[in-house]
Order: sequence, then structure tokens, then C-alpha cells
Amino acid sequence: MSNPGVTNQVMQWVETRLPIFSFINHSVGTEYPTPRNLNYWWSLGSIAGVALVLQIVTGIVLAMHYVPHADMAFESVEHIMRDVNYGWMMRYLHSNGASLFFVAVYIHMFRGLYFGSYKAPRELLWWFGILIFLAMMATAFMGYVLPWGQMSFWGATVITNMFTAIPIVGEAVTTWLWGGYSVAGPTLQRFFSLHYLLPFVIFALMFIHLWALHTSKSNNPLGIDVKSEKDTLPFHPYFTTKDLVGFGVFFIILAYWVFFNPNYMGHPDNYIPANPLVTPAHIVPEWYFLPFYAILRAVPDKLGGVALMLGAILILFVIPWLDTSRVRSATFRPIYSKFFWIFVVNGLILGWVGANPAEGSFILIGRIATAYYFAHFILVMPIVGWFEKPKPLPDSIAASVLGDDTAKEAK
Amino acid sequence: MTTTTPEGGHEDGATRRDFLYIATGAMSAVGAGLFVWPLVDQMNPSADVLALASTELDISTIEVGQAITVMWRGKPVFVRHRTAEEIATAITDDSASLPDVALDADRVQKAEWLILIGVCTHLGCVPLGQKSTEVKGEFGGWFCPCHGSHYDTSGRIRKGPAPNNLGVPPYIFLDDSHIRIG
Repeated sequence: MSNPGVTNQVMQWVETRLPIFSFINHSVGTEYPTPRNLNYWWSLGSIAGVALVLQIVTGIVLAMHYVPHADMAFESVEHIMRDVNYGWMMRYLHSNGASLFFVAVYIHMFRGLYFGSYKAPRELLWWFGILIFLAMMATAFMGYVLPWGQMSFWGATVITNMFTAIPIVGEAVTTWLWGGYSVAGPTLQRFFSLHYLLPFVIFALMFIHLWALHTSKSNNPLGIDVKSEKDTLPFHPYFTTKDLVGFGVFFIILAYWVFFNPNYMGHPDNYIPANPLVTPAHIVPEWYFLPFYAILRAVPDKLGGVALMLGAILILFVIPWLDTSRVRSATFRPIYSKFFWIFVVNGLILGWVGANPAEGSFILIGRIATAYYFAHFILVMPIVGWFEKPKPLPDSIAASVLGDDTAKEAK
Repeated sequence: MTTTTPEGGHEDGATRRDFLYIATGAMSAVGAGLFVWPLVDQMNPSADVLALASTELDISTIEVGQAITVMWRGKPVFVRHRTAEEIATAITDDSASLPDVALDADRVQKAEWLILIGVCTHLGCVPLGQKSTEVKGEFGGWFCPCHGSHYDTSGRIRKGPAPNNLGVPPYIFLDDSHIRIG
């Protein structure tokens, strides 16, 4: 048997017909070598995976009670909240779970940015991560429309109207998306259908993401390549256990939001049924879209705003080539690491601007922060990487973690 | 007859099998294309949505300076009984610098009745300014609270991110006090 772990007769019978046990062992078991120095920032990927599964499970349950019809959607959500056994818990898990899914993914992305995980040979791994992020945004947007409250309706109206910015075919495309001349019943029903579909698309993308990960293997906080077996530990039990600690923290945080503060990240206007004649005074998207919403509003031109917002995400695809530094980890990049934190703060500022009405000084701050967002990728990444003198890299992961002496002795 | 071509083939090396591959591929592409169109087109407005809905209303009860909102094709339509002052401003502003140039006279059938689609041309919010208590923006017409577009007393965009004037729906005066929109 190729897998020494399979000793049980029944397992061996299965293994010879379908090598599932060796596959698991090869993927997340003792046969998957993992850099021994991974810190807790590396737990966010598996936490995002758990969040996805949680969304799918609670979503399937909610779909058993929800009615995707313009006249009944709002009431069916209230029915879930008041009448269905544990319906309130399923819905709060689903809505707060979505938020925490984004928290996990955003930390995961910033982790990748800081430690240079997008650089060769992990460009495709990074690309599939961006595709997952885009699919998540579409899924979250359509999910937010389903309760058919005021924010659902007007959020859907504002976002779908962005397609009217496309020259010539914009109006036709928007009518096609709506299935009518405004956001209405047909829009709600197709969004429900797609909201059910997309999580499985994300699931498939996640497998390709993992496939690419298992090909190039994990990056690590030092950003240097694995050179020998001494640099690694088997994934199981070392990192399965470490990931479990992360899951525990994730569930504690989730439980706080679900049981103690379930509506904090929502918006009270969404408890008013959709009314096509009255626009709420202040339309804001969910918090995870705020930085991009700020970029949209920073441009006083409709097409320009939409293009820039889209560009803010698409630019992530080319950063493996915009970053000219040969050192992956910002730990060894004295100048870039400072710019990284400025970029993080700038992202928070964009989010804060996006949450506020587009007036007064918010317009100016939003424009400066938007300009800086793009400058980070277009100017800082190529220029700093070119002239910065990185700190000396350690000889190996083992040398850095175990101390030089131990590593030398082992040699 | 002497032959140098491969069995069942031609002088350029192409075989009957190559022809079959290309023909099969081409037919499959045509078939797939034909099936994709219904899948795409089913998302366009259905026949009942397309059926040109029209809205009739009595405007005799709308006092000068008042405005009402009616629904037409799922969208709000603004019907405003303009004051003489508002009409005068709208005509004077014909020569102002307008992002989307249009004469007030081309936007109304009867000067006192301004009838517009109440959807901001930026991202589709319903502008404020229908009720006397609502803000009407810097030009006395409408103000869109979503992203700050200002419309004048002819519904023309004057300031803000919206690219176009508020649309004018098709409508006719049935008599002096009734109109039909659509």
C-alpha cells in the first residue's frame, strides 16, 4: 500500500479501488510538507473555507423557507425570523457569517500583500484568489437584495445602474439584467437563482486555488523558498491543530455577533419593505464594499467612477509584475513595509469616506485616498522595489527558526 | 492511375476525416450558438412586462406649485404644475451652460405642466423635490440625495455626477385636465 497510514482492512479495500485515503494524506496529511514557520496569519485561508461552508449550509436551510417573490420576500424573511424554529439563528449566522467571511478574506489578502505571496511562482494562485473575491462580491450583493427591504431595493438599483455607464449598449444591458424597466420582481427572482448558484462556483474556484497552492506550496513569513526537508513540518498534525485554534477563535467572534449584536453590521432601513417611489436619504452598501464605493464616488463622472472602481480590483491581477522587488517578504524590505502600512490605513480611510455622504471635505479626502490607492500599485510597487536595499535574508527557514548553530550542527 | 496521395486523401495532405472533424465542429458551434441565444434572451423583459402599460391621470386637482408622483412601468413619473416664476427661470436658463443641452420648450407640451421620469440619470435614485418640505437643490428643481445631482425647474442636470437631464416620458393631453402617459 502506498499509504503506510492505511492499515485497516476495510480502508485498504477502499484504497485499492479509490485512493481516497492517500489523497487526503497527500493534501492535508502527513505527506504534505508545510513550511515550519507559518504564523497565525496563515490560518485565515482555512478559516475562509470554513466560512464558505457555513454560508452554504445556512443558505440551503434559509432557502427552504424563503420565498423569492416581490410581494412575499420581505414577509417570508420575517416569517423566518419569528416563526421558523431557529430561523432567526440561521439568518443571523448567514448575514453575520457573510461579514466575517469578508473579514477573513481581507486579512488573507493583506497577508498575501505583505509577505509577497503573489510573486512567482504563485501568480495563478493569486489570480484565482482574486476571482474568488469577485465571485464573493457578486454573491454578497445579490444576497443582500433578497430580503427586499429598502436598502435591498435601492442598493440593487444603484449597483445595476452602473451598467448604464457602458457606452451604447449600457441601457440594453441594464434592461436585460433587470428583466424590465426597473428593479422589480423578475430581478429579485434571477438574483435568488444566481445567489444559490454562485457559492458553488466559489467552491469550485477554491479547489483550483488549493490545487495551485499544493503545486507551488505555501509561502511563509520569511518569503524564502523551502530548501530541504528540515524547513518543513507535515501538515498533519502540526497545521491541522493550528488551524483548529483559528476555527475556535472564528466561532467565538461569530457567536458574539450572532447572539449579542446581530444587526450591528446591517442597516435599519432594510427592515422597511421595498418602496420604488421613495429613495432612502442615505444609501450605503454593506461595510465590505465601502472602500470601493468611495472610489466610485471620488470621480465626478459616471463612466469614470465605474471604471475606476472596477480598476481598483482588476489592478490586483497585475501586481506580480508591478512589484519589482526580488524579495517576497516585507519583513526584509525596510521601505516597502512602511508603505504597506500606509496602504492599509489608506484603505481604512476609503472605507470611512464611503460610509459618509459625498459632501464637504469627504469629497477631497476620498479623492486623495483614491489617488493614493492606485499610486501604491502603479508607483510605489515598481519604484521602491527598484531602489530599495533589502535586509539580508536568512540562509534557510530552519536556520532562522532553529537558530544558526542547530542548523549548522544538523549539516 | 498512379497515386502519391495518402489513402482516401488529397494532395495537400487533408483527408476525408479532416473534413468530417471540421464539419462536426462547425455544426456544434452553430448549434451551441443557437441554444445560447434563448438562454440569454429569456432574461429580457417578458411579454407581460413589455405590454405597453399606460397610466391616465386627472391633473385638474394639482394646484400651481404642486407636484405629484405617479407610477408608470414601475418607475416614478413627476407631474409638476410649474409657477410662472419657475417657467421664466427655466426659459432664461436655456442660455446657461448646460451639461446636457436642451431647450425648456422642447421638454414640455404645455409650459405649466412639466412631466418627467423621476429617476436620476446617474445611478437611478428618486430625486427629492416633489414635496414642498423636500430640498429642491441649488436650481429649484430636484436634488438627488444619493450622490448629489442638482436638476433645475426644467429637470435639466445642472450640477453633480448625473450625465443627462431627467427623461421626458411619452404622454398626450386627452383634454385640459387629463393626461395619458405611455
